[in-house]
Amino acid sequence: MKNTRTLELLVGLFVAAGLAALFMLAMSVSNLASYGGDDGYVIKARFDNIGGLKVRSPVAASGVRIGRVTDIQYDLEGFEALVSMSIDPQYNVFPIDSSASILTSGLLGEQYIGIEPGAEEEFLVEGSEIDITQSALVLEQIIGQFLYSKADE
Amino acid sequence: MVNHLLDRIQGLGRSTMNSAARLGRANVFLMSVFAGLSGMLVRPGLLIKQLFSVGVQTLIIILVAGLFVGMVMALQAYYALVDFGAEDSVSVMVVLSLLRELGPVITALLFAGRAGSALTAEIGLMKATEQLSGMEMMAVNPIERVVAPRFLAGIVSMPMLAAIFSAVGVLGGYLVAVELLGLDSGAFWSQAQAKVELYEDLGNGMIKSLVFGFVVAWIAVFEGYDCIPTSEGLGQATTRTVVYSSLAILALDFVLTALMFGK
Amino acid sequence: MSETLIKIRGLKFSRGDRVIFENVDMDIPRTGITAIMGPSGTGKTTLLKLIGGQLTPDAGIIEVDGQDVHKLRTRDLYALRKRMGMLFQSGALLTDLSVFDNVAYPIREHTRLSEVMVRQLVLLKLNAVGLRGAVDLMPSELSGGMARRVAMARAIALDPMMIMYDEPFTGQDPISMGVLVQLIKSLNDALKICSIVVSHDVFETMSIADYVYIISAGTVVEHGSPEDMHNSQSEWTRQFIDGLADGPVPFHFDAPPLLDDLFAASGRRRG
Repeated sequence: MKNTRTLELLVGLFVAAGLAALFMLAMSVSNLASYGGDDGYVIKARFDNIGGLKVRSPVAASGVRIGRVTDIQYDLEGFEALVSMSIDPQYNVFPIDSSASILTSGLLGEQYIGIEPGAEEEFLVEGSEIDITQSALVLEQIIGQFLYSKADE
Repeated sequence: MVNHLLDRIQGLGRSTMNSAARLGRANVFLMSVFAGLSGMLVRPGLLIKQLFSVGVQTLIIILVAGLFVGMVMALQAYYALVDFGAEDSVSVMVVLSLLRELGPVITALLFAGRAGSALTAEIGLMKATEQLSGMEMMAVNPIERVVAPRFLAGIVSMPMLAAIFSAVGVLGGYLVAVELLGLDSGAFWSQAQAKVELYEDLGNGMIKSLVFGFVVAWIAVFEGYDCIPTSEGLGQATTRTVVYSSLAILALDFVLTALMFGK
Repeated sequence: MSETLIKIRGLKFSRGDRVIFENVDMDIPRTGITAIMGPSGTGKTTLLKLIGGQLTPDAGIIEVDGQDVHKLRTRDLYALRKRMGMLFQSGALLTDLSVFDNVAYPIREHTRLSEVMVRQLVLLKLNAVGLRGAVDLMPSELSGGMARRVAMARAIALDPMMIMYDEPFTGQDPISMGVLVQLIKSLNDALKICSIVVSHDVFETMSIADYVYIISAGTVVEHGSPEDMHNSQSEWTRQFIDGLADGPVPFHFDAPPLLDDLFAASGRRRG
C-alpha cells in the first residue's frame, strides 16, 4: 500500500500548499494585518466637499495610517458631508481641537483624511466630532480662483 | 433556391433543439452527480486519487504560468507607472490584477486545458471501452463511483490552484520589481497591504475560482459521459470541453466581475 | 427445455427513425446455453442491454426471473443485476485496477467479506478461467482473449443465475477461441446457470448451444435446436448458416444499375 501512501502524501502537500498560498496572500499583500478587529473608536467630521473620498479611504496623521473611513453621508441639516472614521485604538490621545483635511497622495493619487493634532488637554473619544475641517481641493474651484485673481490684477 | 433556404432554416431549428436537449441532459446529469456525491463520504480514497490526478498534476503548469504572469505584470506596470512617478504602486497593480482577474481566470483556462480535457478523455474512454456499462451491469452506479469524485476534485482543486497561482505571481512580481528594477521592498509590500482588501479582492477572487471550478468540472465530466463512444466522438468531446469551458470562464468572469466590483 | 428464466413479449425498440426490434418474442430457459445469432448490425448487443435494463424498450415486456425489468425501481434493478453477469465484447475491465482488483471489485462492492475471504474467492474464480497466474497483471498487459477470461471470472464472482456473453469470439485467434468456447460450456455445466451467447460465429456457437434464436431485420427469423437450424428449409437461415455471399441478403447494396452510374459522370447527383 506504499502507492496509496505517496498519493495521499502528495495530495496532502498540495492542499497544504493551497492553504499556505491563501495565508500568504492574506497576510502579506492584503489588509488583514491592518484589520486588527474593528475595535477602533469612531469619530466624525463635517466637510463642505469630500472630493473623491470613499469608504475605506485611509486616515493618516503625519502620513502614518491610523485608521480608515467607515461611513460617508450627506447631512441635510447643515448641507454638508458627514464622514465617520474608525481610528485604531492605540492612537487614542489626539487632542479635541485636532483638525481634519482631505488630502491627495501624489498628483493623481487617491484622497485620504489627514489629521493635524491640536493642543487641548482633552482627547477625541468615541463619537467625538472634529470641528476644524478643510475640504478637498476641487480642480475647477482652484482654476476659477486663479482666473478671478488674474482678472483682478 | 427557396427549398435550399428552407433546408437551412430547418437545420437551424434542429440544431437549436439539439442544443436545448443537450442542456437539459447536462442539468439532469448534474442532479445525478449531486446525488452521487454522498458516496464520497464512504469512500474518501476515490476523492484523494482524483485530487492527485486533477490537482497535483496541474500544479506544475500553474506554478510556471503564475511566476511568469506575475513577472510580466510587474514589468508592464512599471513601464506604465514610472512616467507618473508612481512606480511604488507596481505591487498594487500586480496584486490586484492577480487576485481579482488573472489568478482565477488564467488558472481556470489552464485547468480546462490540462485537467478538464483529461477528465473528458478519461470518462469518454471508459464509456467507449464499455467500462461504465460494465459497472452498471455489476450493479455499481458509475456516476457515483467514476463521475462524482472527479467532479468534486475539480471544484476543490480550483481555488487551491488559483491561490497558488496568485501567490507565485506575487513572488514573480516581487522578483522583477525589487530584485530587477530596484524598487524598495518595504514599499512593495506596504503599498499592496494598504490597497488590497481581504474580502473584497482575495475573497471575491476565491469565489470566482470556485464558480469556475464548478463549471469546468461540470462541462468536463458531462462531455465525457455524454460523448459518442468512438475515437472520433472522443476527440470532439475533448475539444468541446476546452472550447466550452474557456468561453464559459470568460463570460462568467464578466458577469461575476460586474456583480462583485461594479457599484 | 426447462423452466423459463427470461420471457420477452412483443418487444419493440427503435433508435431515432431506425427500428431495431419489431415484435420480438423469446423464452430463454433457466439452464443451458441459448445462442442468439444474426448478422452484424441487427441489434444483438442492444437486446442484451435491454435485458440488463440499461435500455428501455418502446413497447413490450422483458421479464427476468418473474420480474419486469423495466418496471423495477433502481434499487431493485441493481439487486437483480447482482444476479446477472455480463461479458462485454471488449471485456470492459477497469483499466486502472489490476486483474485481482477487477475480479474482487463486485465482491468488495456487494459483500462485506474479509480481505482473506475475498482473496480466496478471487483466486478460485481466476483458477476457473485458468488465469490464476495473471493475478497481479494490469489489464493493459493482457491479450484480448485473456482480458475476456478475466472478465468471465469477474462475471461469475457473485455466483449469478445467468451470464450474458456479448460477441465473445470476435477477433480471437483459433486457440483462444477454442478456450473461450470450452470455458463457456464448462462454466455453464458446472454452475448450472443460464448462458446467453450473442454471436455471429456460426460454427463455434452452434457447437455448444442448446437452443438457437436467429434474428434479422428486427424479428426472430427462426428458432430451435442447432440440429433444427442445420436442417432448416428457410432460404435466409441457409444463407446465414452456410455463409453464402448472395441470397435473400443481396451481395449488392441498393444502387441504380451499374451502367447508369458509370455514364452519369456529368451532372452528378448529390444525396
